[in-house]
Amino acid sequence: MSPGLTEFMSLDFPALLAVVLASVSCGLLGNFLVLRRMSLMGDAIAHAVLPGLVLAFLVTAAFGYPEHARDPLLMMGGAALSGIVTVVLVELIQRLGKVEKGAAMGVAFSVMFALGVLLLEQAAARQVDLDADCVLYGQLESVMWLPTDPTASYFSWSGIAEMPRQVSTLAFIAFAVIIFTTLFYKELRIAAFDPGLGKTLGFRPQVMHYALMIFVAAAAVAAFEAVGSILVIALLICPAATARLLTDRYFTQIGLTVIIAIIASVGGYMLGTRGPLWIGLDQSVNAAGMVTVTLGGLLAMAIFFSPSHGIIARSMRRFRLSVSVAREDLLGLLYRLEEHGAPGMPRRQVAAAVGPWLAAQVASRRASQRGEVNSRNGLVELTAKGRTIAQSLIRSHRLWESYLVDVLGLRPDHVHDTAMRLEHVRDAQTGSRLMPRVEATIDPHDRPIPSNGPSAPAPTANDDAKSDGHA
Amino acid sequence: MHRAQTSITDVSIEWPSVQDVFQTMTFQAGYNTSVVLAGTTLLGVAAGIVGAFALLRKRALMGDALSHATLPGIAMAFIVATLFGVAGKSLLILLPGAAITGVLAIVATQFIIRQTRLSEDTAIGVSLSVFFGAGVVLLSYVQNMSSGDQAGLATFIYGQTAAMNVRDVFLMGTIALIAIIAAVALLKEFALVCFDEDFAAVQGWPVTFIDLVMMTLVVLVTVVGLQAVGLILVVAMLIIPPAAARFWTERLGRMTIIAGIIGGASGYIGASASALLPRLPAGSVIVLAAGVVFFLSLTFAPRRGVVANLSRAARLRLKIAQDHMLLEILHKDLQHSEATEGASVSIGSIRKRRSWSLIEATLIAYSLQRRGLLRKSGNAVSLTEEGQDAATRVARTRRLWEQYLVQYADVAPSHVDWSADLVEHVLSPEMVTRLERSLERAKRPAAPVAEGAA
Repeated sequence: MSPGLTEFMSLDFPALLAVVLASVSCGLLGNFLVLRRMSLMGDAIAHAVLPGLVLAFLVTAAFGYPEHARDPLLMMGGAALSGIVTVVLVELIQRLGKVEKGAAMGVAFSVMFALGVLLLEQAAARQVDLDADCVLYGQLESVMWLPTDPTASYFSWSGIAEMPRQVSTLAFIAFAVIIFTTLFYKELRIAAFDPGLGKTLGFRPQVMHYALMIFVAAAAVAAFEAVGSILVIALLICPAATARLLTDRYFTQIGLTVIIAIIASVGGYMLGTRGPLWIGLDQSVNAAGMVTVTLGGLLAMAIFFSPSHGIIARSMRRFRLSVSVAREDLLGLLYRLEEHGAPGMPRRQVAAAVGPWLAAQVASRRASQRGEVNSRNGLVELTAKGRTIAQSLIRSHRLWESYLVDVLGLRPDHVHDTAMRLEHVRDAQTGSRLMPRVEATIDPHDRPIPSNGPSAPAPTANDDAKSDGHA
Repeated sequence: MHRAQTSITDVSIEWPSVQDVFQTMTFQAGYNTSVVLAGTTLLGVAAGIVGAFALLRKRALMGDALSHATLPGIAMAFIVATLFGVAGKSLLILLPGAAITGVLAIVATQFIIRQTRLSEDTAIGVSLSVFFGAGVVLLSYVQNMSSGDQAGLATFIYGQTAAMNVRDVFLMGTIALIAIIAAVALLKEFALVCFDEDFAAVQGWPVTFIDLVMMTLVVLVTVVGLQAVGLILVVAMLIIPPAAARFWTERLGRMTIIAGIIGGASGYIGASASALLPRLPAGSVIVLAAGVVFFLSLTFAPRRGVVANLSRAARLRLKIAQDHMLLEILHKDLQHSEATEGASVSIGSIRKRRSWSLIEATLIAYSLQRRGLLRKSGNAVSLTEEGQDAATRVARTRRLWEQYLVQYADVAPSHVDWSADLVEHVLSPEMVTRLERSLERAKRPAAPVAEGAA
C-alpha cells in the first residue's frame, strides 16, 4: 500500500466516515424538525445534552470506572435523559407559566447548558478528559484509524473492528435512525403534517414526538465528539431547509436532505483540510466548521437558484407576467388610439405608456416578434393579428366595466383601474359567465363593446370628443 | 490515569472564609475584583431592561442568532488588526467586529423569513449555526497564526471574568449605562411599538426607527456581555430575567424594573461566586442564578405562579363540591319532610350519589362545618339555618340557569342539567338578578305592555 493511501485510510477516511454518518443521521431527523417548525428544538437539545453527558462521565468516574467513561451506551443514556428533561422543561414552562415558546426554549436550554459548563469545569478538575471547546466544534482531526497491522488489515475484519470508537458509535446511531425513519415513515409523516389528524387516527403523535426528541439527543451525543454540537445543529436544520426549497414532496424531501448532507460533509471536509493549501496558506482549518459553512453555502444557493422556490426563479416568473401584461396593455392602447383615429404611436412613447421601463421594452419587442404590431415611419401600429387580440382585450375590459357598474353598482368613473387589472382575465369560462350578466353593447363610458368574432370590422376612425381618457 | 484521583471525594474545594465572602460582596476585595463585580452587575441590569422589550417583541431567540454570530466578527477583526500590525485583542477592535457580523446574521435571518418559504425558527437556526461555523473556521485559522497574541480569543465563547482588565470593564460599564439610560428614556416609545405596532404607526410614530434603536440596544448589550458571560449564554441574560419578571406584574414599567433587578442580582452573584471559588465560570453562575429566580417566580409568583394557579383551581373545585353537597342534603331534606328543618342525612348516602371517596366527603363536610353551614352528629349531617339559606340559593341559581338555557339558548331540556352544573358556580349575583328578571318577563303574558301603552 502506498504511503499516500495509508495516510488517507488512517486519517481522512475515518474522519470522512464520521462526518458522513453524522450527516445522514442528523439530516434524516432534521426533516421532521423543520417540517414541524421545531428547528430550534434541535438547537436547544444539542446544547442541552451537555449536562447529561458530563453527569454520565462524572458518575462513571465517581464509581471508579473511568475506563468506561466514554462507553457509548452510557453517554447516550445521559444525553437522552437530559434531552427529554429539556423537552419536558420547555413544555412545562410554556404551559404552566404561559411563556411564549421561544422564550421558554431560551430559558430551558441556556440553564441546561450553563449547568453543563459548570459540571464540565468540575469534571476537568477530576482529570476527566472532556474539553469545553471540543463539545462545540469537535475534534475531527483526532479521529484516526490505526490498526495494529497497517500493512494488510484496512480491509480485513480485524482492521474494521479497530475502527475509532467515534465512528462505530456514529455508525450505530445512523443505523438506528435509518431503521426508525423507515419503520415509522407513515407515522412521522402524519405527525409532521397534521398531528391533529394523526391523533384522531390513533397514531399518537405525542409518542412520535418524544421518540424523535430522544433520537435527536442520541444523534447529538454520538456526533458531538467527532464533529461538535454546532455542526450537529447545522446538520439538523440546513439540509432539510435546503431540500424544503427544492421540492414539495415528502419522499423527495427526505432523499434530497440525505444527498445534500453527504455532499456538504464530503465537500466541506475537503475544503477544510485541503482548501487552505490550495489558496497558498500553510495550514488547514477546522473541518467541522467548514462543513457548516458549506451547508450554509448550499442553502444560500437554493434560496437564490432553486427552480421552484428560488428568488431568481420567482422574480423571473413575476417579470414574465409583467411583460405579458405590458404587451396586452400596449395592444389595448393602440386599439383605443385607432378608435380615436390616430395613426399609431410614436415608437419612443411606447415604453413610457405601458408600465415599468424594462418590461415595456421587452413587451414591445415581443409584440413585434409575434407580428402583432408593425413599425412604420417611427410609428407603431396594430397588424390584423394584433387587432384581433386587442379587440378581445378591449371587449373584456369593457365587459368588466359594465359588470362593475351594472351588477356591482360602482360609479362609472371608478371602474377603469379595476378593469385594467381584470381585463387580463379572459378565459372562456369567465367570459361566458360574465356575458349574460351584462346585456350592454355599450360600456359605461359610451364606448362600443367589440363583439367576440374576428368578423367585426376594424374600428373606424370615429366620432366625437367623448374621450374622457377612461374608455 | 490515576484512578484514585478520579473519585469525586478526592477533589476538595477550598471554601472561602466568611470574611472573604463579605469582603468580596461589599466591594472590599481589591480594586480589580470590585470593578469586575460592579461592571457585571451593571451589565446584568442593562440586559434585564433591554431584554424586557426584546421579550415582549417576541424577539427572544433572535438574540441567540445574534450572539452566536459574533464569533466570526471577533476572529475577523483580530485577523484584520493583526494584518495592519495593530494589537488585535483590544476590545475597541473586537467588539465592533462582533457587532457587524451579529447584525449581518439578523439581516440574513430576516431576509430568509421574508424571501423564502422557510419559517422563522428554521431561519434563526440556519444563521446561528452557519455564522458560528464560519467563526470556528476563522478561529482555527487564527489559532495557528504566528502573532502569538491570540490565546484569549476563545474565552469569548464561554466568557471569563478573570480575563477582563479594568479598562475593558469600564467600557462595558459605560455601554451598559448608556443602554439603561436610553431604555428608560424611550420607555413610552418602546411600549407603544411592543404592544401595538400598527397603532403606533397610525399615530405617526417612526416605528422602524424605534425598532432599530431597540435592536441596537440589544446588539450593544450582547456584544458588551460577550467577555463576561460568553457568546452562548449571553442571550440567557436577555431572556431569563424579563421572563421571570413577567410573572410578578402586568405593567411594563414595573416589569422592566424587576427584570433589571433580577439581571443585576444574577450578575452580582455570578461575578462574586466566580471570584470566590475556583472553577466557577461567571457566565454559568449568572445564568444559573437567573434560572433559579425564574423557577422560583414560575412556582411562587402571587397571581401567575403555578402554586397560585393550582390553589385557585383547588378552591374552585372545593366550592363546587360544597355546593353539590349542600344540594344533596337539601334534596334529602325535602324528600323526608318539608316541615322539619335540619333533618339529618348520613354522609354515606350522599357519597353514593356523587361518587365521592370517604375522605373527600369528610373533607367537604368539614369545610362546610367550618363555614357554619353544616351540623354534624356522629355519621349524619344536617344543614344549619344559614346552610339551609345557602343551599336554597344554590338550588335557585341552578334552576334559573337551567330555565335560561332552555328558553333562550335553545338547549334540549335533557342536556340542561349537565351544563347547569358547570356554570352555576361562576354566576355572579348581578347576573342572577338579571336572569331572574328576564325570566319573569318571559313568563308574563303580553298584557303589561298593553297596559303601559294605555
